[in-house]
Order: sequence, then structure tokens, then C-alpha cells
Amino acid sequence: MDLTYSDAHENFRQDLRAFLRDRLPEHISERVRLGQRLTKEDHEEWHAALQERNWFAGHWPKEYGGSGWDPVERHIFEEETARAHAPRVVPFGVAMLGPVLMKFGSAEQKAHWLPRLLSGEDWWCQGYSEPGAGSDLASLKTTAERDGDHYIVNGQKTWTTLAQYADHIFCLVRTSKEGKKQEGISFLLVDMNDPGIEVRPIVLIDGGAEVNEVWFKDVRVPVENLVGEENQGWTIAKYLLTHERTNIAGVGYCSEALANLKRIAGLEYQNGKPLLEDPLFAAEIARLEIDLMAMATTNLRVVSAAAEGNAPGVESSMLKVKGTQIRQELNDLTRLACGPYAMPFVSEALEPGSNVKAPGPDYAAAATPGYFNNRKLSIYGGSNEVQRQIIAKTKLGA
Amino acid sequence: MRFELTEERQMLQDGLRRMLADTVNLKEIVEGDAPWSQATWNALAEMGVIGALFTEDQGGFGGAGYDLMVVFEELGRAGAPEPLIESLIAGRLIAELGNAGQTAHVEEIIAGGTQLAFAHSEPGARFDLSRVATTARQDGKDWVLAGRKSVVVNAGAADYLVVSARTAGDIDVTDGLSLFLVPRNALDLLDYPLTGGGSAAELALQDVRLPGEALLGEAGHAFPQIELAVARGIAAQCAEALGMMERIRDLTADYLQSRTQFGQPLIKFQALAFRMADLLIEIEQVRSAAINIAGHLDADRTTREIHVSAAKELTCRVAKQVVEEAIQMHGGIGVTQEYDLGHFVQRLTMVHHRFGDALFHRARFAGLRAA
Repeated sequence: MDLTYSDAHENFRQDLRAFLRDRLPEHISERVRLGQRLTKEDHEEWHAALQERNWFAGHWPKEYGGSGWDPVERHIFEEETARAHAPRVVPFGVAMLGPVLMKFGSAEQKAHWLPRLLSGEDWWCQGYSEPGAGSDLASLKTTAERDGDHYIVNGQKTWTTLAQYADHIFCLVRTSKEGKKQEGISFLLVDMNDPGIEVRPIVLIDGGAEVNEVWFKDVRVPVENLVGEENQGWTIAKYLLTHERTNIAGVGYCSEALANLKRIAGLEYQNGKPLLEDPLFAAEIARLEIDLMAMATTNLRVVSAAAEGNAPGVESSMLKVKGTQIRQELNDLTRLACGPYAMPFVSEALEPGSNVKAPGPDYAAAATPGYFNNRKLSIYGGSNEVQRQIIAKTKLGA
Repeated sequence: MRFELTEERQMLQDGLRRMLADTVNLKEIVEGDAPWSQATWNALAEMGVIGALFTEDQGGFGGAGYDLMVVFEELGRAGAPEPLIESLIAGRLIAELGNAGQTAHVEEIIAGGTQLAFAHSEPGARFDLSRVATTARQDGKDWVLAGRKSVVVNAGAADYLVVSARTAGDIDVTDGLSLFLVPRNALDLLDYPLTGGGSAAELALQDVRLPGEALLGEAGHAFPQIELAVARGIAAQCAEALGMMERIRDLTADYLQSRTQFGQPLIKFQALAFRMADLLIEIEQVRSAAINIAGHLDADRTTREIHVSAAKELTCRVAKQVVEEAIQMHGGIGVTQEYDLGHFVQRLTMVHHRFGDALFHRARFAGLRAA
């Protein structure tokens, strides 16, 4: 038993901290710190800065242009970037599609798409959920019918995050209605500029519109954009999901949310004393911090096992449930800490380029929107109910 | 012992529920620019609903805790953001403390022609009712007010504001507080929308000069009246929250019964059904807490305030559970602006942020019990 990091890992952390100090633009980190929304250009600027060190997709093997990080290095990256208020690396391209192409893509597909992922030339989004297929993803109905050298795609995807910035979408589509519903699904790459695609924003109760509906009407997709075999899509989807579940615990984000909460609670006063010294409020913070300290070690146990080559299984489901619970509770307390100034609804104040200011202290503007927005954590990536079912089935034979 | 409504209150409830179902336009509330609907306000006034918040002596036809409960429960069920709670809080202060010139406004308040706001809370005061830094000093016959008021609900639409200020004492003592009735056009304000509907404003009082007769009640002794006014506000908030919770419960139950995944309606999954059953239990708790405070608004101060903090603590605690469970059981659709639930979870969440959250009132309750 040894809780310390190796020298090599500590050196990586110091190198990363120095890089974040020098190369993370303040106009971006300040927006992230205050919970404000980012432009596509902000994301691209940050991705390009990371790529100077081959860190945009640091977990990719070196042969593909990554840094070949082990799971511990990837964990350190996530921890330090959250702490420095760096934007989250948009995951759909480098974290999701990249590993899928490496494992299932043809030589041509790898040669064509992977460099464009790294350079930022292509921006991808994820076409999975549909109005009738949420937790029951395999019941999806968007169809792709073969017509000579093309598939004709018809249907609708929903909750498509940042589709408004994307020029490509990877989709699960139904290519067969025979057999079990999981057996007729294929994994298809689609150009968002193709005729017949329409993107409609979904406005959420935080006032933002980060998710979209994507409609497909007779969209013609070349057959060479099929990844893997026809009807092999479910296997690919499950593989991708294991990648979606890395950093699922969000320890870095939780630590940052805790630090932010403590800072606010030190500035807000109740009955003439900082809220941080209010026994009831302090006890709520303590409860979450105690939970987080234990979860951070659970996370390291899983990361460490992964570094030895053991693929995380049911543990990632456990981390997802616990991690999202902690983060959502931190968001809830942060909103409560802001008191009456959590009431104003001034969504414009969070938008890029806006000079509208919300009333009250600067940290209050994003408190309620952040609370509402992060309700998604327990819904997406396999809802917490689905995770519990996986835990019960795997561990308990339920 | 009787838990049925009187015939009059039953009629009020039935009529109000029907009228609000016909009148309230959630799409307009969510997407429109207006903080609330003048048409709904007019319909409320026409039905005499504002009158139900005042006693017969004051020119109304109710004013008891149970009258408030009927009115605000229905406003909550409809998701209506019209500022009736301001008419209750500030209007009753005017009716009870006002001089002849001030009480002359009550008729028009009840008729719906005069809008009100209660400017008490200040930056840094949070939920502490005695923490007032704004000062009022006498200058000849005039009063001069200086200070800041924060998140003053409905200030932008108000014709008159009841403004608190300190005429004596240190910042956090209950003695030395006074109230003033101030026309809005005497004030500088910065208006903004609120989460879940309605609006509020920041007030900068820079030596605002008022005539002597603007004083509302006795100088220096307003704290008991402020506390009573807020007690009524909290009783109304709890009833409104109850109405919202029941509407959220209905929306969520409908969704679980109609949404199919894995070949069956979601309600057939015991993991969800049991959580829904828990919500039903907790919402009954809120109804009882709302009855408790409604039934003790006229009790002695300690009894009343124990019920105020008990009802608010429980309402906030359950509000969090109802909001978070309703969203989770709906999935993504639960946080969209387009679907009705979005408005109700926004509005219900705000119950924590005015007049005290669960932690504040849990501590306050313990203090009142220990005293």
C-alpha cells in the first residue's frame, strides 16, 4: 500500500502546472471560473495550445499523434486542468471517436480521419439518443437503408451536445429490423453539411442551448463512412461507452467545485458571520468533503488497476453514481450559499461577448444555472439508474 | 377538529383553480419579456382574490391563514408568477400601520390598481430580518433615507414600496427599525427578471427625501411588524410551493405512466415507483406543515415563529427532493424550457432563496425551541 505518486508522475504534474500557467489563456480560464459559456473559438484556441505538446489527445498512442499517457497521467491531466479552470477537452472527437476508429476503423478511415481530429479541422458530435431511445438506447429508430454506394438516413437524434459547432456526427443507425434489436445497429459517420440535415437548438432551464435535436431527411452517406461491419454498431457503441466513462468520477471537477463553494461561503455572511463558520452550513460542506476524499482514493484504485492493464468494469459504474452525487450536491450548496442573489435570471450575463452584468457578486450569476445544468450528470452517459442496474446485475446476479 | 374548507373557501378554491387554468399561459411566462401577465392580474382582482388576503375591517373578506393557503396553493398549482405575495406582505403592513392618507390606498390595492413591493432585504443581510444598514434621519419635518436594498421583488412594477430603514441602534439589533411608504418614482432602481418568473430590482437610496407623513407606523419599533409580515409571506410561500409540488407530482406520474422503455411503462420499474411513492408521502408532509403555519399565524409570537420555521424548513427540504427526483425521472426533457416541468422546477427551487432556506430555519427552529 503506497499512496504517493511515482517521481515520473510528479514530474509530469509539475510540467503540466507550468504549462497551464504559461499557456492557458486568462480570458478563457476566467470564463470557466465564473461558470460562463465558451465560444467555439475559445475551445479551439485551447485545443491548439494543448496540441503544441501533443496533449490534446494525450492518451492516444504516439503513433497516432498522442503522448501515450498511462491512466495515471490521464488522471493527473484531468485533475490539474480542472484546478486551473481550463475548459474540458470536448470529448466527442478525441476521447470517443478516436479510440473507436483505432480499434474498428479501416486503414483508410484511420489515415483520413485521425489527423483531422488532432488538427481540429473536424468538429464531431455524438448521434446516439433519440426521443424514444434514452436509457433503452438499443430501441433506436433512425434508419440507414442501402442504395448502391450510399446509405439513405432518415430519423431524429436528440440531446446532441454542441451540434451547433459540429461539422460531423457519428451516429448509431438501424440497418436491420431482423433479430434482437441490438443486432441491427450500425455505426456511421455523417457530414453535417449534407443536404437533409437540420439542427434545432433545445433551450434548457439554465437559459443556455448546449444541446440540440438533429433531424435527418433522406441524407445520402457514402458506404465508406460505415465503421466496422454492418450491424456491428452495438459492439462499437459499448466499446465507446467504456471510453466515455473515463474520468467519470470527475474528481478534479469536484475538488474545484468544493474550493469554489468554500470561497463563496467565506464571503457570504449569515447572522453576522461568514457562512463558512455557520455550524450547519459548515457541517454540510464537511460531509461532502469527507465523501470526496474517499471517492478520490476509490478513483485512484481504479486508475491504478487500469494502469496495470485491468479494464475497469463495474467500478466505473460505481464511480459514476458517487461522483455525480457529490458534484450535484456541491452545486446545490453553492446555489444555497449565494442566498437571495441566486434568484436573478440573467442568462445573457453568461454568454460570450455580452456586457450584461447580473446583480450581486460575480460568483452568484452562474450558481442557479450551474445547479440546473448539472442535473444532466446523473442523466447522461447511462443514467444513474442504468448504472445501478449494471452494478446489481454484475455483482449480485440481479 | 375539521380539515375541510368552509363553503366560502371551497368556492374560492374552485373558482380560482378554473380561472387560472383558463388564464395562465406558461409559454408566455417562459418565453415572453413581461415578468408577469397583466391579464391574469386583472382576472385575479376581478374575482376578488386580493380581497381574500385582507380582513373585513381592512376592506377585504378574509385575511386568515387558511384564506392565504387557498389562494397561494392555487397560484402555485398554476405556476402563476403574479406578485400577490407582495400585495399581502406590503398591503397588510399599510392596512395595519398606516395613517389616514396611507390606508386610503388599501381600497385600490384590493381592487388591483395599485402594485406593491417590500424593500427590506439588503446585500449581506441574507435572511436575517434585523440586519438593516439603511438609515433614515430626520431633517426638519422630512425623512432622509440612505442605503441599499437588494432583490426587491416586483419593485419595477410597484406604485408604492414599503421600505425599511434604521432610525436608531446598531446594524443587527431589532430595536430602531422603521418603515416608510415610498412612491416608486422617488427611487433609483435597476430591474431584472427572476428565475421562474417575476422580477426584482436593486435599489440605491441616495439621500432620498420623504415628507414626514411617509413614516409607516411608529418610528423605531417596526421589527415585530416586519417579522409578522414575513411570517405571512412564508405561509404564502409554503402554500404556493405545495401547489407547485402537486403539479410536478402529476406531471411526473403522467410521464412515468406514458413513457415506455425496455418494453414497459416506466412506472412498472419498482426503482422508480418507490421513489415516486416517497414523493407522495413527503408532499403530504408539506400540506400538513402548510396547515400548521396557516393555523398559527394569529398565535402568540413564539408559537407562530416556531411554526414559521418548521413549515419553511420542511417545505425547502421537500422542494429539493421533488425538484431533483422529478427531473431525474423525466430525464433530459425535464430540464427543457419547452416542457411545462421546466417552469415549475425553476420556480419551486427559488423557495430556498427568499425568507430563508432549510438550514437557516432548522437552526432558527432549534433556537426558538431552546429559548
